[in-house]
Order: sequence, then structure tokens, then C-alpha cells
Amino acid sequence: MAVKQHRSPLLVTVSTALVLLWVVIASFPFLWTLWGSFKVQADFFSLADWRNALRGTFTMAQTGSTFTSQGYAGAWVQEEFWRAAMNTFVVVFCVVVISLTFGTLGGYALARSGFRYTFWLLMIALVFRAMPHITLVSGYLMPFFQWNIWGHLPTAIIVLVAINQPFTLWMLHSFFLNIPKDLDESAMVDGCTRFQAFRHVIVPVMWPGVITTGLFSFLLAYNDFAVTAMLLSQQNQTMVPKIASFLGSTQVEGNVMFAVAAVVSATAPLFVLILFFQRQIVSGLTAGAVKG
Amino acid sequence: MKHRTFFWFIFPSALAMILFIALPVVSVFIQSLHVEHEQVLRTVENCGPFGCTEETVIDREATRELREAQPLGRFAGLSNYTDRNHLALAELSSMWERSDSFADFTRRAMTLPFWRAMAFTLTFTFVVTPLVLSLGLAIALGVNSLPRMFRGPTIFVSLLPMIVTPLIGSLVLYWMVDSRGVLGAFLQTITNDPNLSLRASPTLTWIMLIVYGVWSSAPFAFIVFYAGLQTVPEEPLEAAMIDGANRWQRIRYVVIPHLMPLAVFITLMQLMDNFRVFEPIVGFQAQASATSLSYNIFNYLRGDSAQFGAAATTSMLTIFGVIVLLTPVLIRTWRDFNRKGH
Repeated sequence: MAVKQHRSPLLVTVSTALVLLWVVIASFPFLWTLWGSFKVQADFFSLADWRNALRGTFTMAQTGSTFTSQGYAGAWVQEEFWRAAMNTFVVVFCVVVISLTFGTLGGYALARSGFRYTFWLLMIALVFRAMPHITLVSGYLMPFFQWNIWGHLPTAIIVLVAINQPFTLWMLHSFFLNIPKDLDESAMVDGCTRFQAFRHVIVPVMWPGVITTGLFSFLLAYNDFAVTAMLLSQQNQTMVPKIASFLGSTQVEGNVMFAVAAVVSATAPLFVLILFFQRQIVSGLTAGAVKG
Repeated sequence: MKHRTFFWFIFPSALAMILFIALPVVSVFIQSLHVEHEQVLRTVENCGPFGCTEETVIDREATRELREAQPLGRFAGLSNYTDRNHLALAELSSMWERSDSFADFTRRAMTLPFWRAMAFTLTFTFVVTPLVLSLGLAIALGVNSLPRMFRGPTIFVSLLPMIVTPLIGSLVLYWMVDSRGVLGAFLQTITNDPNLSLRASPTLTWIMLIVYGVWSSAPFAFIVFYAGLQTVPEEPLEAAMIDGANRWQRIRYVVIPHLMPLAVFITLMQLMDNFRVFEPIVGFQAQASATSLSYNIFNYLRGDSAQFGAAATTSMLTIFGVIVLLTPVLIRTWRDFNRKGH
């Protein structure tokens, strides 16, 4: 709306106030948790007075300073959160690489083939995309127990790749539709096979779309709870199920703070991700494809 | 593209989807027709000084062998679907007869696990979706009238609730509204009720979950609407201004019609995503007051005695629900596809 408008000051105030309120609502919970993760439990969950969390009364009494990294030490060292972080890294990295490889090939084929079955494939993918992940998990568990592949990282990786495919296919399909057909077809006229045309002509120009899709694949793998919580054994757990397991363990004094510290640690990479890729995330959301 | 080439290009992706999405659905269906073996009982005669007594004990050895030989359990036909934990048709009809009012009937039906989960899932889906749409539009209009330099940071902050892991997002909110947390304390002060705890009341728990749902999804609607606002054509706006339309009328008659296709898109995504609400219930530990279909499946599966049959049955019913939700979309896309004339 680039039209010049005369806005009443009242309207400007109201809309600015609304946005300001939203900014507070969106960011305050994260800032508060970040702040609180450096306190002891008696402060962050204060029975007496919530202002203790600001002053750090009990943190001062228990540790001798108003900030403490006890929560982080407990989570990362004592509860071996670093192991979960490494598992998450392995899972997320493999899922992104594999699903982008499969997805670019499939998405390219769907974008270039005009036959009716491409439509049906896309429709089936849409239905698959809508299925709650936990319903699929209930199908995996029994066969995986039988074949003895339950609990290993590769199992979770391939499952996440498969769950990721419908979305990846849709997004890359609509992205490849925007790359002119003439590009690869002229290469084929010059004697390239379809795959050579893809390899030498399409691959060099596809990176913006692939990066955007990759970001959403990353988010799907990183944020997953249903699959990783049910399909990974205790020592192979990734960060999100690990955090859930902190909550399940008895609420001993201080243990909740491990979860708080772990939550802050797991949010940090996402924060960095938005910092660097805000534009791509926004363009991915608005591509009119499918949200990750 | 030739069929053959197409096949090889799509092959890895299709294989992954067939093996890990299509076949599991078949596996879920088969499992939903079975129930776990009952424990094998054995009658033993205990003879003591005062005569013999017959006693029935569980034969653990035989039970284990039977379970290992037939891991699926015994075939039960459709009985899983009609039992008390799922459609519960018999229970519903007897409740209907016994209850004196509709409210009473609803109250009784809420004791049935499947219908309880269904009630929350549908309420969540159909309350959160319109709220997300309207809040998203409001924020988009607000941000759009901000000076350009403030827009980037606002979008940055807005992306956080949406992108953060759902379990983490719900935990962050849960810790704040806990009766010992900052928002919990604040609510206790303004309501002047020192014992107020959001978790204690089912209604407040539902509201809390819905607030979380709106908080985490509104940014999606906001971003999509905001992008749409950048492409609102100028001529109709100017024409409307010349005709004397005020700001509200311009939004109502020019901007909103332009954003309609986007609203349809957001609604779709939201219906699909909200229908599978799951992590917030784990994060808020709300299972006592609110369960969703996905949560029920999770609950059947975890623990030492996983009930595969029950989980599979709930899964089948959930998939059926998803297909019902999606049917209008599929029909619409089918029409679009035909119109494009492939």
C-alpha cells in the first residue's frame, strides 16, 4: 500500500500500540526464560514473590552471586545434554542432506512432467503431509521392534526424511516450475540427456530454492518430538525428547532448572537461524507452497 | 518428460514415502484389527494340611511365548473400533438414555477417552484457526503502517514463537503461567485469588492451550498477510479514496478481497496443523484436563505395556478425520488442475 494516506493520529497510535504489544508478547517469554535460566529454582519459581526472579534473592543466598550457571552445568555435564546435542546435529544434518537430494530430483521431475499422474502424486503427497506424525509412529513401532532396528539414529533419520518428503516435493516442485523450461530443453536439444541437463543447467541455478527448502527441512527435523521421542533409545536421544525426559524425572530441587537451561540452549540455534536467514524463511512461508 | 526418466527421478523420494508413510498406514490398519493377547491362566491345585484348594494363576512363561509367537496379538475384527476407548457406540447410546438433558449427556460422554480427545481437538482446531487469521491480519496491517526501518526487527521477533520447537515454546509459556511463575503470580494479584492455578481448572487449561496455539501460529498468518499487503494494487485503492471511502472501508472492500486467496491458504495449513495438536499437551502437562487424538496415540504407545491395537485404532480414526478435513481442498485443487488444462 504505497498510496499516500492521511492517517488520523489516533489510528497510528492504536496500530503502533498493537504492534508494540505483539512484539512484547512474542519476545518476552524468551527473554524471561533466558534471564531465569541463570537463577536457582527458588527464584525462577518463587512461591513467595515473583520479584525474587528479578533480584535473585535465593540465587545470592545459595551461590553467592546473583547469576549462576548451575542449570547449564547440570544439564550439559551432569545430565549429558551434550550427547543429545550431538545426536541432534547428526540427525538434522543427515535429514537435510538426504531429503534435499531426494527432493530436488523428485521435485524437478514433477515440475517437468505434464502427465496426469503427477497431479495424483502431488495430491497423495498433500494427504501424507497432513497426517499427524504420531499416527505413522504407531505403524513403525511394532515392525521396528521385530526387525531389531528400533532405537538407532539411522532409523530415525530415514523416517524423518520420508516424513519430510511430501513438503520438500511440494516446495521444490513449485520452485522448479518458476525456472523456465527452455533452459534445460535447449540443453537437451544440444544433445544432453535429461540427467545431464539437470546436472549442468538446473543445479547451478537452483540454490536459492534449495536453501529455502533446506531451512524448513532443518526446522522439521530439529523440532520433531513425536518421532524422536518414540523411535530413539535412551542413549541416542536428541535434544527435544531429552528435555521432555528432564520433566518426567522427579521434580527434585534444581532439576527443573536443568530443563530451563536445556530449553534456552536448544533455542539458541534457532535464534541464530532467524538472524541469518530471515529473508529466506519469509520468502519460503509466502511461496504459497506448504508450510514446514 | 518420458515416463522412464520420470520414474528414475522420482524413485528415491517415492520409495521413501511408500516404505515409511504408505506401508506404515497399512501396518496401522492391520494392527487396529488386533488386540493384545490376554494373559494365559492356569489352574493349580494347592494341597495343604487342610485339604486342597484350586487357584487360578497367571502363567507368565506361556504368556510370553504366546506374545512372541504372535506379536500382533489376537484377531479382533472391528471390535477395537467399537470398544469403550474408541467410538463407544454402546456406551453412548446407554448414556443417551440415562441422561436427562443434553448437557448431562455431554458431561457423561466426556468420560470416554476418544470423544474427550475429539472434543478438545475440534475445539482447538476451530477456535485457534479463526483467531490466528484475525490476529495475523491485525498485526500485518499494523506493521504495514510502521516506518520501514522498524518492520525488519518486528518480523524478526515475530518469527520466534512460530519457529521455536513446539515443545519448547509450550514449556516456556507453561513455566510463566505456573502458579509460581511470573504470569501466574500476576494473575493471582489481579484476580485477588492467591490460590488461583491455571492447571487446576479444565476451562483455564483449555484457554491456556488455545492461547499457546494462537501465540505460536499467528506469526505465520502475519507473515503471509504482510507479504500479500505489499502487492495490493494501487488503482482500486485510489479509486476507493476518490469515491470517499474511509480507511476501514478501503480495508473491507479492497484489501480483504485481495487477501482472500491467502486467507484460504492459511486456513488450510492451520486446519491441518491444529488438528494434530500434541506437543502443547505434553509441555503444559495438561493431560488431566485436555487430551487430543495425537496425545491419546502417544499415551497408548509409551510405557512398558504399549497397547498397539488401541493406538492403531485411534490412528486410523485420526487419519479418517484428516481426510474429511482435506476433502474440500482436494476437490478444489482438482478443479484448478483441470482448469489449467494439463
